[in-house]
Amino acid sequence: MSAIEASPSVRSTIIWRATSLIRQRPALALSILCLALVALVALGAPLLPYGPFKQDILHRNGVPSAFHWLGTDELGRDVGARLAMGARVSLIVAISSSLIAVAIGVMIGMLSGYLGGFADTLIMRFVDSMYAFPETLFAILIASLVKGQLSGQAPALLEPLAEAYRWSGGLLGVLLTLGFTCWLTTARLVRSQVLALKNSEYILASQLAGASGWFIVKKHLLPNAQPVILVAITFVVPNAILLEAGLSFIGIGVDPPTPSWGTMIAAGVQSLQSYPHLLIAPALAIGATLLALNVVGDALRDLYDPALRR
Amino acid sequence: MSSASERTFAQHAGPLLRVEDLRVHIPTSRGVVEAVDGVSFSINKGEIVGIVGESGCGKSMLALSIVRLVPSPGRIIAGHVAMAGRDLLSLSEREMRRVRGNDVGMIFQDPSASLNPVMRVGDQVSETVEAHHSLTALQAKQRSLDMLRAVRIPGPEVRYRDYPHQYSGGMRQRAMIAVGSVNHPRLLIADEPTTALDVTVQAQIMELLLAMNRATGTAIMLITHNIALVSHFCSRVLVMYAGRIVESGPTLEVFETPKHPYTDALLKAVPRIEEKSEGGLLPIEGRPPDLARKPRGCAFHPRCPQRKDICLVEEPPPFKIGPGRKARCWLAQETSPFEEDARLSS
Amino acid sequence: MHSSDRREQQHRKSARQRSLLEVKNLSMLFPARRRLGQARAWVRAVDGVTLSVISGETLAVVGESGCGKTTLGRAMVMLARPTAGEVSFDNIELTKLSLGALRAARRQLQMIFQDPYGSLDPRQRVEDIVGEPLLIRGVPRRARRERVAELLGLVGLGPDAAPRLPREFSGGQRQRVGIARALAAEPKLIVCDEPLSALDVSIQAQIVALLKDVQQRLVLTYVFISHDLAVVRQIADRVAVMYLGTVVELADAAVIFQAPRHPYTVALLSAVPKLATRSSTSQAPPLVQGDPPSPIDVPRGCRFHPRCWLRERLNNPEICVSAEPFLSGGDKHLSACHFATELVRHATLDFDASASLSAGDSR
Repeated sequence: MSAIEASPSVRSTIIWRATSLIRQRPALALSILCLALVALVALGAPLLPYGPFKQDILHRNGVPSAFHWLGTDELGRDVGARLAMGARVSLIVAISSSLIAVAIGVMIGMLSGYLGGFADTLIMRFVDSMYAFPETLFAILIASLVKGQLSGQAPALLEPLAEAYRWSGGLLGVLLTLGFTCWLTTARLVRSQVLALKNSEYILASQLAGASGWFIVKKHLLPNAQPVILVAITFVVPNAILLEAGLSFIGIGVDPPTPSWGTMIAAGVQSLQSYPHLLIAPALAIGATLLALNVVGDALRDLYDPALRR
Repeated sequence: MSSASERTFAQHAGPLLRVEDLRVHIPTSRGVVEAVDGVSFSINKGEIVGIVGESGCGKSMLALSIVRLVPSPGRIIAGHVAMAGRDLLSLSEREMRRVRGNDVGMIFQDPSASLNPVMRVGDQVSETVEAHHSLTALQAKQRSLDMLRAVRIPGPEVRYRDYPHQYSGGMRQRAMIAVGSVNHPRLLIADEPTTALDVTVQAQIMELLLAMNRATGTAIMLITHNIALVSHFCSRVLVMYAGRIVESGPTLEVFETPKHPYTDALLKAVPRIEEKSEGGLLPIEGRPPDLARKPRGCAFHPRCPQRKDICLVEEPPPFKIGPGRKARCWLAQETSPFEEDARLSS
Repeated sequence: MHSSDRREQQHRKSARQRSLLEVKNLSMLFPARRRLGQARAWVRAVDGVTLSVISGETLAVVGESGCGKTTLGRAMVMLARPTAGEVSFDNIELTKLSLGALRAARRQLQMIFQDPYGSLDPRQRVEDIVGEPLLIRGVPRRARRERVAELLGLVGLGPDAAPRLPREFSGGQRQRVGIARALAAEPKLIVCDEPLSALDVSIQAQIVALLKDVQQRLVLTYVFISHDLAVVRQIADRVAVMYLGTVVELADAAVIFQAPRHPYTVALLSAVPKLATRSSTSQAPPLVQGDPPSPIDVPRGCRFHPRCWLRERLNNPEICVSAEPFLSGGDKHLSACHFATELVRHATLDFDASASLSAGDSR
């Protein structure tokens, strides 16, 4: 009967559009480079000549020099090394806590959207009330809870978790905190996408074939929600990085001596009058990273926007 | 309409609309889509002409190109479009705007997409009046009310102030007709005006258009895929395929004795309510061609049950096969005593 | 003929006449939101429909927008739970089953959808789309692959269609994929919900041919929902005409197109344009004015009375406003009109000789 004419490969169109987008927007190319640099520095942190923990009290608060390209902090530690280590922290935070937050958000959003009815209303009212709560305040709350349970004497049930917490230098606490705080937007986005997809005819066809709810979520809703999940990630990642810096700034993020851009900024603020170089480096680092993330996130959203398909 | 253009229209002897070798190309990532590929035809004053074809044949693009509303990146790359002798393609955008909505009205398929949802319906009609005539707001409103009444919208004084979402589907289409006709254009281009409507509403709308044609002498270019509709309302029909007109002529003649295999196949594939065809409908094998990669020779040859060798190589020109009848088919050449170049007068 | 042969024939006939799907007093009501303070209104999408679908037949359900045919179709396959009434398939009451039991029982009822672009998961390959019903039933991979190839061949697509994505196909081809998917579940009855509306005319003919072919080969029953009466005439054995949520006429296709017994059916048939020939060029003027009303505001008495040409002709009898007519008229030809018998005197439909409605006197 009718022969099928081969149409040009559709899989390469996303790559084609991505590359053309990069060509059109110099800011995007720059941002991608910046993020690549951050990643590189973070990965190569151990290769740096000076460790981030090595104290050299005699040469504390030193201005940038040939030995210490970015100077030394109040305990004589190499700022450059600490910055690189902080980049590592930010990277880990970005990836891990986003994963946790998005995972929680997707689960709740899917559940709420697919079940509909009373369950949906209940869950969404809960999400709405959490939304009204200021995020930073909430993060502080959760952070205190987590630290309270995991640092020091932990109840027997949580002992392995506390081990991990200590080993990570307080990072696990930050990850959990951010994970439990940043899932709200994802849940909302995923839920509205599920609501839109729920009435698609192919979902009806699956139901007719006898598919269970779980099957439909796994095979149809999750794959088709991928663009939305990607968009959610582009929001969550910069948010998480900033939140971590904020928590560390106040002192309930990572535990010292683990360097984080947030703790470095805190220390830098204290000696702003006398040693400004201590503040400039981490501030620039976090500012540039967040800007780059926002630009790239924007571009990713545009890439998946059906309105801009042509 | 100003008296100057009235005179122009009244005096002009030839056809109202004359299109010659019109070509519209659209560059896409797949290649250049030849949406309209050398179309020539004319419409006389007061005539109702049907343009029939399936999706992708270029009929909508043809309509848009006559009023120069081809969406970018598509472009008119060749041809002539003349209204009452006036070349529309050479006009400036400003002059063209005076033609649209005034000399030429347009009605589209989906009235919900063509009416502004946040503007009252009556105001939309008045807006068209005021754009082309210097009248007071009150006078414009009066004309709009007259038009709403003419398209048989019940209770026009009240309905004037309603928004499109408060109208039903059929009424919205009537409102669109009002917007398109309020300045008494000489030509109304109707692109699938009834496709989205229920069949009982379709009957009413078609009757309305026919009544308007009889009352005001407005010529109508009816674009549709519904052959039966065309057979009732159009005195002439143009059958389009792959961006070209493959057959044209008086409607009843063309449908009774089609000279192009596509027209013939279309008539056999269309279900008739008058009878149950025992052999079933005869499908046309294959699919409409990709307009970016048209087959060599005659565009229909891959699906044509009567193709010959020459059809694969050379595109047939429109052969004159009778008074006012043409067909782009090598088979038609055999039955016609003479051949006519597409550029000569139609 | 011998009496035993006759009895045999009767027995076979009644077995063939057995109803496969039955719908009793089915209603689907949806709440319509009104401004605060006002009483909540209901959208009476389907309002008390009783029908049975005979095994092996093609029952067409026709009507205009708002008549409830799509909702009825969905209720028949239990994609939406009816507000009231019952649905029985093969003598099992589906409406009484729990969700779990329904899931197990439901493969025998399948559906083909209208929109070829929305009815296939854009992220799944064709082989996964068509193979999904098999996967759900636990058919192992190799057997699935083979069966999918078989089904694709049955609907006219080659095996090279299997690894592709829906967007690589045209509308007509996607509909074929949808048909293959429906067949994968090995159903006995398929509800076709406007399967041709989104397709080009020449492609429609292909799909109609395919549906007929498949029905014959696999012994299927169809419920064919459509607003296109011309197509319905080609494919249907019986026709049910719906208006505002109820069935107003139900009869064999041959009969309903020649001698309808409800003024709405007459109006509908007369509004469909027929191909004009030199001897019959005029299209009859429309018999109904205005748009089909919304199912929220159902008129009292007979639902059709505000637009009924027959009522006008009979000088507005009282009963049309006061009493709602129910389907009646013997076994084969049912009509919900108080004046079904009068109708014949006021309108004759003669498609073959002169393609128009010649209505009694005044028109």
